[in-house]
Amino acid sequence: MNFNWFKLASPPAFYTLAGRLIPILWGLTIILLVTGLYWGFFETVSQLGGNNPQKEYYRIIFIHVPSAWMSMWLYFVMVVWAAIGLIFNTRLSFMMANAIAPTGAIFTFLALWTGAFWGRPSWGTYWDWDPRLTSELVLFFMYIGYMALHSAIDDVRRADRASALLAIVGLVMVPVIFWSINCPDPNQCAALHQRSNLTKIDSDILFAMLTMTFAFWAYSFAATFIRLRTIILHRDADSVWVRELFTNGGR
Amino acid sequence: MKPRQQRLIFIGLAIIGIGAASTLAITALNSNISYFFSPSQVLANEAPQDHVFRLGGLVTTGTLIRQPESLTVHFDVTDNAKTVKVVYTGILPDLFSEGKGVVTKGKLGADGVFYAEEVLAKHDEEYVPPEVASTLKTAHAEGVTHSNPPSPPAGANN
Repeated sequence: MNFNWFKLASPPAFYTLAGRLIPILWGLTIILLVTGLYWGFFETVSQLGGNNPQKEYYRIIFIHVPSAWMSMWLYFVMVVWAAIGLIFNTRLSFMMANAIAPTGAIFTFLALWTGAFWGRPSWGTYWDWDPRLTSELVLFFMYIGYMALHSAIDDVRRADRASALLAIVGLVMVPVIFWSINCPDPNQCAALHQRSNLTKIDSDILFAMLTMTFAFWAYSFAATFIRLRTIILHRDADSVWVRELFTNGGR
Repeated sequence: MKPRQQRLIFIGLAIIGIGAASTLAITALNSNISYFFSPSQVLANEAPQDHVFRLGGLVTTGTLIRQPESLTVHFDVTDNAKTVKVVYTGILPDLFSEGKGVVTKGKLGADGVFYAEEVLAKHDEEYVPPEVASTLKTAHAEGVTHSNPPSPPAGANN
């Protein structure tokens, strides 16, 4: 097999590939979403036990935890593309980072928003300046800052480089968010937010939660590729291949 | 040296620098964060005087008293070493109960009683049905599973 991966770094080639992948990703998203939600609503207990006697409202974790995971994961992926763009000067990498940012920001917002609604009945407050909550809020501002900086600079190539640097600096938040509740000694990190431990979760709850995570993951790919195709068309608007695409009634 | 290699080194150094910064930040978070004070710290006068601060620990079993005809409640907060009395007027959160974790915000009175303005309930990371939870507990009691049973108050950083 002698497949040249670098061909995919050219916007026209990737434009076509992304167009083919999007329907598959949408299908995957819907299947996983329906499975995850069905399992989360009908195959899990309606009342938790032990030191965590939450009632029906615990089911928000099927949205909350996957969005929080995606918010951190997408930031990491965004920084990887931004760094590749800076090092190799590949246009498509910057576009990829650009396309990921809004989806990441949406998931961060969703994690904060669902967390607030869940926190009111279980903790007794919508918001508290707990280390976990605060660091997740800062991550949201990093996404907003990245997008704001990019749109504030008119020259696209300068905007790409400047916002990529900002994104790399913001990477500091990802491990901080993770360890804000998962520090090695539980007595050392005082927080309102509970620690995370997948081994202490009932298998049905875990199944629904992981299925929802993969659904959000597939959605992230689909949404990013749609946005990426728009960005490619926008930036290559003057090129021959885009003109041909439209004169041929392209797909 | 090619410009691409220079950029690679530059980005690599930047990421190493950020890694170092985040390690330092996490270390600082672990050792200094005073999101709340434990009863031991409060009794050792480590908590600010005449200022609002958070007190965290476990609600001592058997100390919850509800004043009749009012929303005022009295309870003790402990870190299994020291205990502070707390008074609060208001609605308690759903997960608040004796023996469970709690974070309260308020001021320490001259009489040594903590006057709370806000009471938040803490819970642990176990997401299991009630019957599984009870078997887990007996397993803990028999010492079958690892770790220290009645989960320690997260605020007991001595």
